[in-house]
Amino acid sequence: MLNSSPIIRENQRENQQMRRVLPVLAALAVSAAALGTGQAAMLDDVKKSGVLKCGINTGLAGFAFTDDKGSWAGFDVAYCRALAAAVLGDPDKVKYVNLTGKNRFPALASGEIDILSRNTTWTFSRDVDLGFTFVGVIYYDGQGFIGRKALGVESAKELDGASVCIQTGTTTELNLADFFRVNKIQYEPVPIETNSEARVAYLAGRCDVYTTDTSGLAATRSTFKDADAHMVFPEIISKEPLGPLVRQGDDQWADIARWTLNALINAEEYGVTQANVDEMAKGTNNPEINRMLGSEGSLGAMLGLDKGWAIAAIKAGGNYGEIFDRFLGPATSIGLQRGLNALYRDGGILYAPPMR
Amino acid sequence: MRQGPAGRASAPLRGVLTDERARGLLFQLAVVLVLAGLVAVIVANTIANLQRAGLASGFGFLTDPAFFDINQRLISYSSTSTFGRALAVGLLNTVLVSAMGIAAATVVGFLAGILRLSPNWLVSRLVGVYVEVTRNVPLLLQIIFWWTVLTALPKVRESLSIGGSVFLNNRGVRLPAPLLEAGFAWVAAALLVGIAAAVAVSIWARRRRDRSGRTFPVGWAGLALVAGLPLLVYWIAGAPVGWDMPERTRFNFRGGLNVTPELVALWFALSLYTGAFIAEIVRAGILSVGKGQIEAALALGLRPGQTMRLIVIPQALRVVIPPLTSQYLNLTKNSSLAIAIGYQDLVSIGGTILNQSGQALEVVGIWMAVYLSLSLLTSLFMNWYNRHIALVER
Repeated sequence: MLNSSPIIRENQRENQQMRRVLPVLAALAVSAAALGTGQAAMLDDVKKSGVLKCGINTGLAGFAFTDDKGSWAGFDVAYCRALAAAVLGDPDKVKYVNLTGKNRFPALASGEIDILSRNTTWTFSRDVDLGFTFVGVIYYDGQGFIGRKALGVESAKELDGASVCIQTGTTTELNLADFFRVNKIQYEPVPIETNSEARVAYLAGRCDVYTTDTSGLAATRSTFKDADAHMVFPEIISKEPLGPLVRQGDDQWADIARWTLNALINAEEYGVTQANVDEMAKGTNNPEINRMLGSEGSLGAMLGLDKGWAIAAIKAGGNYGEIFDRFLGPATSIGLQRGLNALYRDGGILYAPPMR
Repeated sequence: MRQGPAGRASAPLRGVLTDERARGLLFQLAVVLVLAGLVAVIVANTIANLQRAGLASGFGFLTDPAFFDINQRLISYSSTSTFGRALAVGLLNTVLVSAMGIAAATVVGFLAGILRLSPNWLVSRLVGVYVEVTRNVPLLLQIIFWWTVLTALPKVRESLSIGGSVFLNNRGVRLPAPLLEAGFAWVAAALLVGIAAAVAVSIWARRRRDRSGRTFPVGWAGLALVAGLPLLVYWIAGAPVGWDMPERTRFNFRGGLNVTPELVALWFALSLYTGAFIAEIVRAGILSVGKGQIEAALALGLRPGQTMRLIVIPQALRVVIPPLTSQYLNLTKNSSLAIAIGYQDLVSIGGTILNQSGQALEVVGIWMAVYLSLSLLTSLFMNWYNRHIALVER
């Protein structure tokens, strides 16, 4: 009997411990269970938080860079701003999350960001296997090489034995391996994490050529002191349709992202600009414009947005053409031609479905 | 101990409840079982939900082709090899730089630790500066520093050449690579025999010294056996090693062995950084040996070198080994900073696989399991060594 009281005490102690531990474990189990279902109604979440979390590049001239006021700007950033304007009515209500080629997908999958607008190539496995939805193509790109003119190389096929700087975790890494394998030539890959590190390694001569999307090459070349000593080789070794993407499973959110992009492209086609959008919103004799800008029909309500969603999106940074010209076009230091990214009627392949 | 078995024998159940030890075990077992059950439920639940969200779909992807290239391969690998093989290449690269780093850090650390106690003012201060500077600058910066220094070497076309066979440039060091021919097995065998013989000689010499007090030049004999014997066989077998010489090509060198600046930068940074910590550990170990021990050794007529080797170091090692082990573990784990300069170690390649396959949880799981295994293996070995040299108390 003398021994029994310690047993009871011990029992009680353990019971108390269990009582303390159990709620924690239960909470863990519940949170694990919640992981599967936390995806729907992104629109409500974004509206509630009042800010759009947009994943962008860590820094790529023209696409995502800090301007002279220290805020983020660029082609990819302009899309974030347009989307924030469409959803929240204010293009400045964006929280930018800078992501490398490697951590962009986990960031999107885990819900750290609402949308990824980071020159990301639309591929089968990313769309299907990784559980994302690409909402369209914002820039038709292709992979190329940049090298010093002094190398005397005319074509990428002459690069047998060269050292090639490459951003890891990108489609370009895979295209590169394919290209050299198919052409039966050797190379030394020099893996780099970000575009700015690749720039340093390339300029230091660690590699003979740097490969990435040609838009990125032009952007990077524009930052070189001796830009004229470098050339982009004529070969384009891949198709790189770049576009924004969202998590799969919330069709409403994907629709909003898709049609904001389409609105920017259609705005260029119909001649709606940042300057005249307010005027046009009062009503025009083009019903397509009227539907887009909300003076006819109820497209905004179908998306769960305000009537003036497209007006706000266009006012944020202008239509597709205006955004392109401001950040990438011939007048900028990057100096890219529209090329494939011109409207279909101008010889490009940009063709947005009708606003109907 | 005494009442336990007797109690159980007479009345088993009451024995368990009244025997303090058995009772303790019983309840602890119960708690462990309940906890294990809960953990199992949570894990199963999490896995099920992750699979529903498409976030974890098992390790099947390891047999898919990788389709990317790796520049430093210790085993054969091409872009059509599997993800699993790519991970193995990365693991070997991690092991390589860790092993090189541990070896160099140990040498640097022991030298610096001993030299810091040198009576020579200049030497001890210089070593002091080395220790304080490297210990107090973040390792990541040191890695980037060395990489920057190495990539500032001459460009490929202006490579520094040593005797026309070794080339130094900002893409690394090109060395002639040995090509082993048929007779080389004999040389390898001779090396093994030499090592075994050297060990035998040292055991014999110690026994003889214990018996008769006469010493034997174990160091020289060992060197002759370990180095001389294979060299002799190498010569007799007609030099069965060919050399694959580096050849200049349009962009780079072809052939030979290329040691990349990434590997060298990482190796330097890891060795010097960890070496500084080891130096302090060694210094503490030496200072922990009583002054009387040294005075007694000198009084007995041992020379300073012998005093260090036979009296101070063996006693210092007992203090040094446990913290040394954790430095080795740190070095191995720190090697994952390789990613900053693009050395393709396990983390770098795993990250690429993670991104190309989307299997984030699986890859992170593999990372953790591998580093845990590497650390446990190192610990096991060092604990064995620690027991081996521990003071035998009588």
